[in-house]
Amino acid sequence: MIEAIIDGKNAELTQGSKRTAPVVLSTRIRLARNLADIPFPQRANLSQRRDVLSDCVSRIRTIEGMESGNFIELEKLSDLEKQVLLERHLISKELIEGSKGCGVFINAEQTCSVMINEEDHLRIQFLKSGFNLKSLWKRINAFDDAIDEQLTLAYSQDLGYLTACPTNLGTGLRASVMMHLPGLVLTENMEKVTRAVGQLGITVRGHFGEGSDATGHIFQISNQQTLGECEVDILERLGSVLKSIIDQEINARFKYYEDRPARLLDQIGRAYGVVQNAYMLSSNEAMHLLSLLRLAVDFDFLPESRRAEVDRLFIECQPGHIQYEVKSDIAPELRDTARAAKLRAALSKLPPLSFDNSSESQ
Amino acid sequence: MSDCLKCKFCGEVATVHLTQIINNKIQKVDLCEHCAQQKGVSDPEGYSLAEMLVQSNAGLEAGEGQLQCSSCGCTTGDFRRTGRMGCADCYIAFEPLLEPILEDMHVGLRHTGKVPVHALKRQSHSAQLRNLKAALTRAVEEEAYEKAALYRDQIQALEENITEPVTNEKK
Repeated sequence: MIEAIIDGKNAELTQGSKRTAPVVLSTRIRLARNLADIPFPQRANLSQRRDVLSDCVSRIRTIEGMESGNFIELEKLSDLEKQVLLERHLISKELIEGSKGCGVFINAEQTCSVMINEEDHLRIQFLKSGFNLKSLWKRINAFDDAIDEQLTLAYSQDLGYLTACPTNLGTGLRASVMMHLPGLVLTENMEKVTRAVGQLGITVRGHFGEGSDATGHIFQISNQQTLGECEVDILERLGSVLKSIIDQEINARFKYYEDRPARLLDQIGRAYGVVQNAYMLSSNEAMHLLSLLRLAVDFDFLPESRRAEVDRLFIECQPGHIQYEVKSDIAPELRDTARAAKLRAALSKLPPLSFDNSSESQ
Repeated sequence: MSDCLKCKFCGEVATVHLTQIINNKIQKVDLCEHCAQQKGVSDPEGYSLAEMLVQSNAGLEAGEGQLQCSSCGCTTGDFRRTGRMGCADCYIAFEPLLEPILEDMHVGLRHTGKVPVHALKRQSHSAQLRNLKAALTRAVEEEAYEKAALYRDQIQALEENITEPVTNEKK
């Protein structure tokens, strides 16, 4: 059912990483929208939900650039297939847990996914690798205009776009940027940063793994408020906070390197050795090692051209992807061997680490 | 308050104490183990205190069950339990509850962002249509046929003018 998506040769997150940069992995913007005159998905009955589903899909297909997309009904997917789409950020946990009559429309490049009958009738998401808030807003705004032309949206002059949860009211806009922040974590500054940006209405969440411990040093940073500020202002405010986080991250990396050069080089060197030789790797450990390899690229110890590969492996080493690749629901232990094998194969031809480049890099 | 803090939801002894800063205001919530788990506090990925505040604040001011949405039947109790509105009209039905919640949650209380041009056009079209149809019925009742014919023509012109779809509701 989802092979076309998994094997897609021009998928944004796994293939389109030419634009990746230090610190920022990818940018996403989502808009919550509902149709007027129909109860929100949680309160709608099954036939209303099915009507919304078929109506939305047929109209989305007519929008420019969406003609060749894939529509997937969630009921028709196996648990593993859902897990894979979740790991690619194409669907959400809520959509998986939702009742019958929901689905997702994904365009050919996997830059746009529209979840239907999640918490709201429509959750439109646009995604791009790298730091791209402005251009992404332009694209999603145009798509949203086309939706407005096709479907009557629930909207009030005072409160803006009406959403099932009041936390999304107004613009319905949530922008989130995935950031790789090993410098701030290693120098133990992450908590301070989280608290500081929290006061500005910006949320920081660990991305992989359970609990607040962010495996792979990857964090998702997003705006919390949606009402009382226009879209451009929300994005500008978030953007300026993100820029300052990028600066702090880069400073932290150099500081760590200056204070404890041997420690940093040792960590990177060991990660390099382990990914090429380990026989079993848990998801957490793999993320941690990949994080150090990404850092090695940023410091010029490995060539820039390797970053895309590392970013792809971040996604493909997650449990769902590993199982999907071996086409079976295997026990965690076998998953760990499969994951290690995948990393060994993918990274066997890494050039040697060039620690001499390290003097004044980045 | 006695020695033990009580759970905000069920009144059991609270063992989970949560603090988050929203809009520079410190928000504190005490929960028992069970409710904490139910509300997903242990799963930071999907968790936001703002959402939980919706659930606990809603209804406190206006008294439970007092309000009900005439469109979807959602009550204050439903809103409090789920933290979600049932339909667009709930925002009108629960308006008295809304302001303090939104104040804690957002930068402002009024939308200043994007306007869906087509949705508004259709909204005003259908309001005009409603008015004209009511006027037509009145005119017919009063046997003012000349007036009625005028309204009928206006309705026709308006209906031809409206860009599909007029409404999402299936007939």
